[in-house]
Amino acid sequence: MLNLSPAEWTAIELSLRIAIVATACALPFGVAVGWLLARKNFWGKTVLDGLVHLPLVLPPVVTGYLLLVSFGRKGPIGAFLDEHFGIVFSFRWTGAALACAVMGFPLLVRPIRLALEAVDRRLEDAAATLGANHLLVFLTITLPLALPGTIAGIVLCFARALGEFGATITFVSNIPGETQTISAAIYTFIQVPGGDAAAGRLVLIAIVLALAALIASEWLARRAAIRFHGE
Amino acid sequence: MLSVDVEKELGTFSLSVRFDAAGGVTALFGSSGAGKTSVVNMISGLLTPDRGSITLDDTVLFDAGAGINVPPYRRRIGYVFQEGRLFPHLSVRQNLDYGRKMSGRDADASAFARIVTLLDIGPLLDRRPRMLSGGERQRVAVGRALLMRPRLLLLDEPLASLGGAHKREILPYLVRLRDDAGVPMVYVSHTAAELRRIATTVVRLDAGRVLASGGIELLDETDSDAIG
Repeated sequence: MLNLSPAEWTAIELSLRIAIVATACALPFGVAVGWLLARKNFWGKTVLDGLVHLPLVLPPVVTGYLLLVSFGRKGPIGAFLDEHFGIVFSFRWTGAALACAVMGFPLLVRPIRLALEAVDRRLEDAAATLGANHLLVFLTITLPLALPGTIAGIVLCFARALGEFGATITFVSNIPGETQTISAAIYTFIQVPGGDAAAGRLVLIAIVLALAALIASEWLARRAAIRFHGE
Repeated sequence: MLSVDVEKELGTFSLSVRFDAAGGVTALFGSSGAGKTSVVNMISGLLTPDRGSITLDDTVLFDAGAGINVPPYRRRIGYVFQEGRLFPHLSVRQNLDYGRKMSGRDADASAFARIVTLLDIGPLLDRRPRMLSGGERQRVAVGRALLMRPRLLLLDEPLASLGGAHKREILPYLVRLRDDAGVPMVYVSHTAAELRRIATTVVRLDAGRVLASGGIELLDETDSDAIG
């Protein structure tokens, strides 16, 4: 039907892998930061809140550059991770996932924070009187009740990761088969003569993926709502 | 035997309460704002007193001087809240099982069946809390608190959110509970007529102080509003 070339398939597969890994790795941090912002008062809370939202307002190329100087092979964090754990981000798909996770993080944290703020604390008290310690209260009451917001955050982060371009290309460049996602591939195809057809096919794929993600999130949110509140 | 001797400043309101409660049903009686809910919250561990101590049988639950403050989840004190507070994402059966699961005990089918029968909640087990009437919700809340095998049961105005008919529906179950379950209870209410049906001893509170404690004759006639 679409007759995708192997290079286009690779870009699609890479995009999905990067977006899924980015979202999955960001999720525990997103829940932790959302919980801190929703429930705790501490010194530096405004700074943390600002840092989390920074990638939303900074030009993506700035975020990408900051990642390059800190997580690149010669950057302080990148050199440390390479030396001690053998983890390399620069010019690898893992670096693209890191850039996507950072860019999606504010969109992940915000709905989770709002959902946690909306959880009825009195239910948590009731769970405590029934013998649940703090961790069990969080896992059996707080988190399930905040599930619809968490799903919303996951979908937004995933969508952002799927479409990320500026920070990724700045940080890990545009290497076919390694860091060339759908967005980067479209960008490359429209730069070369006769690349319009390939770009068009990938644009179509991008629209389909985005719609599928939205429909899936709608379906998940409705299922969660039914679970909590009956039909 | 429960011994409470606590002080707490809550904004401009100061609470200083001392009483002992043996078995049976001890009523905390007084108008709204007398500090009744604060007292049961301190017994449950949800609110920390500024000074004083709370002991239950041989266990010190709180002692400001000794720096002891057992967290709520280790007190094994059942708490029936005014508004039930059933977990909306769990079925009635899962709500009833919650306390047992959190303490890691094995299922005890006979205890479960006994309490389900006592409270007549068998037909409700697979429903969600949202699908229950107010009276049904409170019966499930009582069952949930009992199934954690509490050493003491706190009931904070368990009938206050119910209409007249539902109040009449619940009270007989609570009386049965008092006579059959053998769990000592602290029962908070501002309605003398309700307490006359269930209380064995009365602690009368006003403005954060104990006015009097003794038998149910303390529920003098002037306060007796109808329970419907």
